[in-house]
Amino acid sequence: MPELTFMKATLEGLTEEMELNPRIFVMGEGIGKRGGNFKTTEGLFDRFGAERLCDTPICERGFVGMAAGAAMTGTRPIIDFMFADFIMDSIGEIVNQIAKMQYMSSGRLKMPVLLRGCIGIGHSAATHHSGNYYPLYSHFPGLRVCVPSMAADAKGLLKTALRSDDPVLFLEHKSLLNIKGQVPTGEHLVPFGKAAIVREGRDVTVVALTIMVHKSLQAAEILAKEGLSVEIVDPRTVSPLDIDTILESVHKTGRLIIIDEAFAPCGVGGDIAALVIDRGFDDLDAPIRRLNGTFTPTPYSPPLEAAVVPSVERIAQAIRDLIAE
Amino acid sequence: MPETTPPYLRLYRTMQVIRQTEEQLAKSHQRGLIHGACHTYVGQEAIATGVCAHLRPSDVVFSTHRGHGHALAKGVTPAALIAELFGRATGCSSGRGGSMHLFSPEVGMMGTSGIVGPCILQAAGAGYSFKLLKSDNVGVAFFGDGAVNNGAFHEGLNMASIWKLPSLFICENNQFATEVPFKYAAGNPTVASRGAAYGMPGIEVDGNDVLAVYEAAKTAIQRAKAGEGPTLIECLTYRTRPHSEGMGDFGYRSREEVEAWKARCPIRRFAEKLVAESLATVDELAKIEAEVQAMVVEAQAFAENSPWPDPSTAATHVYAQ
Ligand SMILES: Cc1ncc(C[n+]2csc(CCOP(=O)(O)OP(=O)(O)O)c2C)c(N)n1
Ligand SMILES: [Mg+2]
Repeated sequence: MPELTFMKATLEGLTEEMELNPRIFVMGEGIGKRGGNFKTTEGLFDRFGAERLCDTPICERGFVGMAAGAAMTGTRPIIDFMFADFIMDSIGEIVNQIAKMQYMSSGRLKMPVLLRGCIGIGHSAATHHSGNYYPLYSHFPGLRVCVPSMAADAKGLLKTALRSDDPVLFLEHKSLLNIKGQVPTGEHLVPFGKAAIVREGRDVTVVALTIMVHKSLQAAEILAKEGLSVEIVDPRTVSPLDIDTILESVHKTGRLIIIDEAFAPCGVGGDIAALVIDRGFDDLDAPIRRLNGTFTPTPYSPPLEAAVVPSVERIAQAIRDLIAE
Repeated sequence: MPETTPPYLRLYRTMQVIRQTEEQLAKSHQRGLIHGACHTYVGQEAIATGVCAHLRPSDVVFSTHRGHGHALAKGVTPAALIAELFGRATGCSSGRGGSMHLFSPEVGMMGTSGIVGPCILQAAGAGYSFKLLKSDNVGVAFFGDGAVNNGAFHEGLNMASIWKLPSLFICENNQFATEVPFKYAAGNPTVASRGAAYGMPGIEVDGNDVLAVYEAAKTAIQRAKAGEGPTLIECLTYRTRPHSEGMGDFGYRSREEVEAWKARCPIRRFAEKLVAESLATVDELAKIEAEVQAMVVEAQAFAENSPWPDPSTAATHVYAQ
């Protein structure tokens, strides 16, 4: 299996699907000749032309709303936001139109829109280029929300998204774009709603999201030297959420902590905790813990920025504390 | 394209279907048969009729909260519309939508919306699909004067223009957004003149003259199909019933003004013209009126006797199946 970066893996998936399906087209700012701010569409303009790599003016609400109309009439738009922060102007189009159209039409209309963009804290990007947003989108019925952490999953989920008739938010943590991983060539599909056990262990279940999967893996290495055995679950999609895999893991370990860069209130961790208490109460030997990014707009200065994100050290300590309970 | 005479009697029938269905709905609203809002299209019938007369089922319409007329003109039956407002399983949206969420993609009715604005973007998006798929369909947005001050108008018209999309933007300027006069809400008092800002034709027509609307739409569709891009058409009109059934109507406009516009009824005007110019006889028109009346009576009975939706289906179709 070749080793690819996360971004190259998505590009491979995108290229394969665009080759297979002439109805797929991409809209966004700088995704044409320029190949995307994050190289999400590098080389595709020359291959597929201007109509399928449509460079838009700076009108996020406009092209997201257009994507709805296009998806309803037989094509499959991909909206490349660059930063997910930029589409807050189009939240109404996503929540009121795109998410609800299949339901309101009693299934007679399909809404195959892929909305992709970068999320996450890092590189002093400050508060308008750092949001996570997946808890928000996961709140609404009608949307699928992918938050891959590994290059192979990024390709596999992107390909699944491009064959799904549902609208999909595909959110890529910008600190993951250059991480490398083994990526299967050709047909490789990762289903929605299927978590991955990225590390097996006995003493505690860590559910980690996006970049926190990698930090939790590092923390687990440290803890292994202390004789602690950590199991790490990566949900990969938060809507749908694979609660069964989490429950099975908790059944084995008796302890659960959710590590998430996104804010805690009304977040994915709270939801997982409620589901595990409801369905796995008797398996729990300790309270469920959460470790989240600090509940604040994201600051710019490196020491401030570092302070709001769970670090490997803080993750390791939170796991130690939970095991000691 | 060869010059063809407009389908006079078909236009007349469609306007009658809209008017009589709306009047029936207004009565039903008073009887408590309609569970939510009910925005009627009375006074504006010529617009949906004149535009949709050109459209095939594969041409698509995206509409607004005031969308009964668009649905009917696009081919939704009065029975399916009335049943929808009654919340019945037989409604065009299976009772999921009511007045503001009318769907019938089978006939190209891609939905009305409770949110002002998105239909403009969706019609541009449909245009993009049709361009990519190399089909000769068109996407049409109907919206009110209120929508032109929303950002969707600016973004949608600009994109449709730069990519020369086969889209029509039909603004029904009935001079009020709920109770706010267009004169108050817009710095530029005409909508049609805004076409120039986006590099597309902006045409102003008498929205109470079905033939004027018909001709303007015909030209716009020819332009769209020729790959020359979108057209903005401002139809000047007036709604002669309150914004929504059950609302007061004279806090913001006068009875005299409403009466003056009722005198310009698009249906009566068209009938008079047809008879005066010997394009139809009084008897032909009366026959159409009676046929439509019978159809609406039947539709009302159908709707009243229709079953409620099965509550176990309340969460189906959230995702594709
Ligand atoms: C985005 C949005 N804002 C506000 C409303 C509330 N609202 C419903 S209808 C309406 C007036 C619309 O006026 P116009 O577009 O002229 O259409 P008309 O009712 O005159 O046909 C308003 C403000 C809404 N539905 N959507
Ligand atoms: Mg109005």
